[in-house]
Amino acid sequence: MNNDSVLGFIKKNTMILVLIAVVAFFSFQTKGAILLPMNVSNLISQNAYVFVLATGMLLCILTGGNIDLSVGSVVCFVGAVGATLMVNKSLPIWLAVIIMFVIGTMIGAFQGFWIAYVRIPPFIVTLAGMLAFRGLSNVVLNGLTISIKDKAAFVNLFGGGADCYIHDLFGGSGSLNLTCLFGGLVAATIFVVVQFTSRIKKKSKGYEVEPVWKFLVKTIGIVAVVMAFCYKLAQYKGIPTVLIWVLVVVLIYGYITNNTTVGRYFYAVGGNEKATKLSGINTNKVYFIAYTNMGFLAALAGMITIARLTSAQPTYGQNYEMDAIGSCFIGGASAYGGTGTVPGVIVGAVLMGVINLGMSLMGVDANMQKVVKGAVLLAAVIFDVVSKRGGKLIVKN
Amino acid sequence: MAKILLEMKNITKTFPGVKALDNVNLQVEEGEIHALVGENGAGKSTLMNVLSGIYSYGTYEGDIIYDSEVCKFNDIKDSEQKGIVIIHQELALIPYMTIAENMFLGNERGAKFKINWTETGVLARKYLDIVGLKDSTQTLIKDIGVGKQQLVEIAKALSKNARLLILDEPTSSLNESDSKALLDLLLKLKKEQNLTSIIISHKLNEVSYVSDKITVIRDGSTIETLKKGVDDISEARIINGMVGRELSDRFPKRTPKIGDVMMEVKDWTVYHPLYNDRKVVNNVSMNVRKGEVVGISGLMGAGRTELAMSIFGRSYGENISGKLIINGKEVTLKTVQDAIKHKLAYVTEDRKGNGLILTNPIKINTTLANLDAVSKNTVIDKDKEYEVAVDYKQKLRTKCPTVEQNVGNLSGGNQQKVLLAKWMFTDPDILILDEPTRGIDVGAKYEIYCIINQLVDAGKSVIMISSELPEVLGMCDRVYVMNEGRMVGELDGKEATQEKIMTYILQSSGNKEVK
Repeated sequence: MNNDSVLGFIKKNTMILVLIAVVAFFSFQTKGAILLPMNVSNLISQNAYVFVLATGMLLCILTGGNIDLSVGSVVCFVGAVGATLMVNKSLPIWLAVIIMFVIGTMIGAFQGFWIAYVRIPPFIVTLAGMLAFRGLSNVVLNGLTISIKDKAAFVNLFGGGADCYIHDLFGGSGSLNLTCLFGGLVAATIFVVVQFTSRIKKKSKGYEVEPVWKFLVKTIGIVAVVMAFCYKLAQYKGIPTVLIWVLVVVLIYGYITNNTTVGRYFYAVGGNEKATKLSGINTNKVYFIAYTNMGFLAALAGMITIARLTSAQPTYGQNYEMDAIGSCFIGGASAYGGTGTVPGVIVGAVLMGVINLGMSLMGVDANMQKVVKGAVLLAAVIFDVVSKRGGKLIVKN
Repeated sequence: MAKILLEMKNITKTFPGVKALDNVNLQVEEGEIHALVGENGAGKSTLMNVLSGIYSYGTYEGDIIYDSEVCKFNDIKDSEQKGIVIIHQELALIPYMTIAENMFLGNERGAKFKINWTETGVLARKYLDIVGLKDSTQTLIKDIGVGKQQLVEIAKALSKNARLLILDEPTSSLNESDSKALLDLLLKLKKEQNLTSIIISHKLNEVSYVSDKITVIRDGSTIETLKKGVDDISEARIINGMVGRELSDRFPKRTPKIGDVMMEVKDWTVYHPLYNDRKVVNNVSMNVRKGEVVGISGLMGAGRTELAMSIFGRSYGENISGKLIINGKEVTLKTVQDAIKHKLAYVTEDRKGNGLILTNPIKINTTLANLDAVSKNTVIDKDKEYEVAVDYKQKLRTKCPTVEQNVGNLSGGNQQKVLLAKWMFTDPDILILDEPTRGIDVGAKYEIYCIINQLVDAGKSVIMISSELPEVLGMCDRVYVMNEGRMVGELDGKEATQEKIMTYILQSSGNKEVK
């Protein structure tokens, strides 16, 4: 292995390496507390909304560094409407859920229309949305809190309350959730099988494949992380239901961005909109889909939020947009659009979550936490921009 | 003999793969108007960029001697300090600022933190009076026409104490009377202020009218300098100097097998998307047959790209009217998707801006315009995509380590091949190639020509838009000449010569009164 490939490896996996370093730092500082099963489980439950929103935000950012500032308010508004329907109007849960998804998607489509077809800058449209839906949430809730504690089915389904874990189907000893371990094993096996078959297929067709050592390190590394993670969860209460939602979102959107024509269009528009247009692709539609989808995922995040907090309040969802945007940029999405992946964004979101959790465990003042997060975001984007420029820090005037 | 104000000695400037200037010499006397003429890409603008410091000292070879002193300009500020001011073809004025603000932009009057607006206004007025512009100094640039904007540029130059004014195609977007006024202003400034000017122009009638000396540049070298009153400076004489070169076998041979009419355009008119009363393409009719390479020749800004793009799914222009007939059937192509469906492909002149996604690999660029062919139910078959990309890489002999390489890292010639591959993969019957060999080296050009020949041999139709006359003559079975939005001539490939094409262009150019 020569110098070049080491550098290349570091460059390609910077954020993963940073994540490992940060975890190591915090487990040292907190004497291992950050890796306690409860904390690992909480990391997922607390940050579930970030994963969901960041995935949607990635699509917007891919189209050219465009962001959606309204998601926090939309999360709050959808939650407020849902809670009102379930509690005050006594609608069945399934109907409330459907209505919430429809409202979120329609809000996304409304904003998407102005952005895509009228070409109002996304910053303006979503800033307006951010203000308007925050206000509307207050109107819907009359400025009050609606508790949804007694809607146990909804709360458990979307990962809130005390009983929001997948029950142990194998009875287990109580201290170790076997279902969770089994789930991890299944996931790891599927992953390994897919990796090997695709490699064998590529080789048989004579395509280039990565060197064996790289392939093995990657596969074993990922399997190890998955298993360790599931073991931690099993030691606590098992798989949080919200993890299922997150996994579904991540897998579906990971697939869409990587393997479908629509996914390709997001990257193409961000890479060179004119060229994309001249290739016969409807770029207006691409913007429209990105923002409509953002509304849809904001609705899901709204359900997760009110479930976790077992209530709806007019202040929920504040700064959620910033968490999502931050995760995307830390996770390697380009501020100019065209590059970024779902796995990268997840790494970015986990990194933010770990920093949050670690600092809380260390007892760092909440205000200083914000300072640190800001610094991390700035550093990540500076690194991205400068390394793309070939290491030159200052641009020649 | 008057004093020599500027001498450029043995200037050589190389870009990666291209020698843009080769030992160019230029002498300009104080108080003369000196014209630079030559074909597109001959090196006129490059030479002026060297002079004004846009290409800084050290990036070229040779010396600039100005006012008896060797100059080493690092940027445009350095040359402006010496009184050399360049006015580009694309005016550098800011639409939402006033005339006065624009004139002193970057050169503000008063103290650093306290602009003296009174002085700004008074000075602006003074220079506007010199150039004869009566509008208020407080008028916004967007509210005056291009002709007046050109005058503001000159006033701005004068306010910088210009001694040598360089004008790049100053009249290209002006109408006849504005052009005449501008030229007369230059003559007046020469007389009253002893101002020296270098003017780059394609309009030879204007050149003969205004200039004292004419230097002809061809293929990056100075060919000759003609002096008014001494040498013959008729248009025919200048054209001869511009094009006088041999056509060698830089073009692969082909026996044309020409079939039926494949596509026909009738009475095609297109308006500018912003200035709705400006006709960019004016009542154009043309056709292309199966197995035929048809060239569209003309100067930059003649409306060729606009014609092509407006045909290609209305990707340019407003209020498009006219008939489009493909394979004997009249069709309406409202979108690029429609155009691709009707087997039309447009390979842009601006491969970096409009053609390729530079940050994406070759394989992704290759399939972008026809993703459906490598996908099933919108799921991309990545193996198939890879195979397609490799296939075209081999067919077109694209030089790259793998098709995973980002297009941005390829040379111009190889980028052009990827762009061609992208459009060949859409399986078109008619290909419109816009400046297919711009900015690529001779070897790659030859390979592109071979690809074009293969395409027409396979029964496709090719429309080649090119500003390089030798290329048009060497490749095309038939040549259309376009100028100022109109088709001004049609020549059979065999009888077409550079002189004939240039004559068509020049005879149809504006300003006939000056002649």
